[in-house]
Amino acid sequence: MFGKMTLAAAVALIALPAMAQDPAHRPGEEAVDPYTVSDANAGAAPFAGTAMFDAFHGQDGINRIVDGMLDRSVADPRIALVFERTDMVRLRRTLKEQFAYILGGPSPYTGRSMQDAHDDLGLQPADMGALVEHLQAAMTEEGVPFHTQNRFLAKLAPMKRDVVTR
Amino acid sequence: MASIRTCVVAAAALFAASTASAQSFDLPDSRSGGKLLLTGGVSTIEGSGGGGLATWATTTGYGAEDGIGANAHVTFVDLPDYEFRSAGVAVGLWDRVELSAARQEFDTGDTGALLGLGSGFTFTQDVLGVKVRLVGDAVYGQDTWLPQIAVGAQYKTNDQGAVIAAVGGQDDEGTDFYIAATKLFLAQSLLVNGTVRWTNANQTGLLGYGGDLDDDRSAQFEGSVGWLVSRNLVVGAEYRTKPDNLSFAEEDDWFDIYAAYALNKHLSVTAAWTDLGSIATFEEQRGLYLSLQAGF
Repeated sequence: MFGKMTLAAAVALIALPAMAQDPAHRPGEEAVDPYTVSDANAGAAPFAGTAMFDAFHGQDGINRIVDGMLDRSVADPRIALVFERTDMVRLRRTLKEQFAYILGGPSPYTGRSMQDAHDDLGLQPADMGALVEHLQAAMTEEGVPFHTQNRFLAKLAPMKRDVVTR
Repeated sequence: MASIRTCVVAAAALFAASTASAQSFDLPDSRSGGKLLLTGGVSTIEGSGGGGLATWATTTGYGAEDGIGANAHVTFVDLPDYEFRSAGVAVGLWDRVELSAARQEFDTGDTGALLGLGSGFTFTQDVLGVKVRLVGDAVYGQDTWLPQIAVGAQYKTNDQGAVIAAVGGQDDEGTDFYIAATKLFLAQSLLVNGTVRWTNANQTGLLGYGGDLDDDRSAQFEGSVGWLVSRNLVVGAEYRTKPDNLSFAEEDDWFDIYAAYALNKHLSVTAAWTDLGSIATFEEQRGLYLSLQAGF
């Protein structure tokens, strides 16, 4: 009896998160090739404590910033083409997860690594520069102080090596 | 003065061209504007990219590794006994190579008469520069201590060889070599630069090269710090050591505190309070430094 319950619990523990949160097959998202889900895929160590997460007004603020950044990006003729073939539903979700995770939020990052997510895109340095400008504008609109913005950007900046491939 | 005016016209033309560049340079291998605001630095008095007095390891303009950038500048320094003017152009190629040309005029004004040179006597120095970035990324390399490192050379010629010889100067042309390291500590919003320059120039060449005391190049240091106040504004200070080759007049290190404001990627203004010390026996040459830069 005891053994059966343990087994059932173990199966539920393994199956439930996988069924509820399959990172590759969220509702409304296109499938991606299988990958190993890990916080390490976020590409940066998170800030300690919650001061940064709070300065970005928690998950709600981060959601507004990501949407603001991407809305500006798809309207920017310099980089709009990059997003035309992108699953924007998935991109918005994984970026919100990634930013929140790095800023010290409570939730994990379930997206792909920066290298995995960008190796087919053929992005140039100017693409990354444009995206950073839109992120800066969105953070400013959210009321994140300039020097706090820079602390976050310092975490993202080294990702250029994986994001920019030509 | 006519030459400076020509450069102002050139700067205006470059500015006009840069506003059209968003379209005309939108080619796959030559995109403009890839760098973030102010991260290309401003134009030094010698025409290279950097601060005002100190050359940095950054390449001028807003072209990233996938693009080109260019700048034109005009600079005025109003000193108690002299006026200094500089104008020039610089091109940054794929964030790897920088080519620059500048004309400097050191106008002795009324002081010229006191020096026995005649009122309004002006030294004109031309500076041709090349800089190559070797390693590092000053802005994006935030997970490493490695700064952006560049090496460069500046070939300088001065049009007043006879006067230079009369005061003990050994040559009316010279070449500086330098190595520069620049790092943006983004989390701290702090930019730091250190440059070592091998030079025998007197007052950066405005009074010629080499002297009766010493004709050889020596290693001199120029350093800058800058604090990013906002996306458009950086404030900071610079220090530049110089040789002391001429016996007739002691030469001092240079110092300034500055504010550089970028209206956008095409236009920036730098204002500084600068202390150029003693120049040709006239002490305490301190005054306002004002520089305009236009480009892309």
